[in-house]
Amino acid sequence: MMHTVLFIIFAVVCVAAAINLLAQRHPINSALSLIVVMGSLALLYLLLGAEFVAAVQIIIYAGAIMVLFVFTIMLLNAGEEELSKSSRVAIVFGVPAVAVIVAALAYILSRGAGTAALGDFIGGPKEIGRLLFRDFLLPFEVTSVLILIAIMGAVVLARREER
Amino acid sequence: MMNTVPISWYLVLSAVLFACGVTGFIIKRNIITIFMSIELMLNAVNLSFVAFAYQWKQLNGEVFVFFVMVVAAAEAAVGLAIIISVFRTRETLSVDKVDLLKL
Repeated sequence: MMHTVLFIIFAVVCVAAAINLLAQRHPINSALSLIVVMGSLALLYLLLGAEFVAAVQIIIYAGAIMVLFVFTIMLLNAGEEELSKSSRVAIVFGVPAVAVIVAALAYILSRGAGTAALGDFIGGPKEIGRLLFRDFLLPFEVTSVLILIAIMGAVVLARREER
Repeated sequence: MMNTVPISWYLVLSAVLFACGVTGFIIKRNIITIFMSIELMLNAVNLSFVAFAYQWKQLNGEVFVFFVMVVAAAEAAVGLAIIISVFRTRETLSVDKVDLLKL
């Protein structure tokens, strides 16, 4: 009962915040609703026993990445977006098309088997770390190079050019 | 049986979130909000990774989520730097007004 209630609460919060992200005109409101989506997703990860992923979700996504977003919005002094003609066309045709795709996906996915109960499969830091540093050691080291390149790219791109 | 939740509910929720991300990517005109829609899509995929990791009792899916997060962080850093440099040269954040490769 506990699991079902928690799932329904956080799934509803998640979808409501995602729709709010679409409905808001000002980017800072969209960013704040994205933080709500990420927080409730972290709780859903906890329900699925993914403790380490839930903690990383809060720290990396809701912490680091969203701070970067909010910082950029404030730095660029972003105002409300104005709708153009093409975006109205996209709303008229795109939203029903996406709704049809979701209905088809939900029909296919809902036939899948398996149920989730609280606490019968735990992905803690110990198990993840063992897997990450043994089976996935090479990809892990490659991501460190990727992050280094991303840092240099961000510095080069955001630097003001002297003329 | 009320103590359990079908895995398919998680997958359907993931599909709904992904569709919200796609819709935002299509209908939004602010470049930062479009970027946030991409992050929403990545999060939706992460949820289905975790759900499948649970279904097969394999931790590989959760390690994949970790790698997706790393790529998302790198993408956010580079993408926001690109947005800042676009704003410097064009003084706008609307994607409709950024339609020339060269100024």
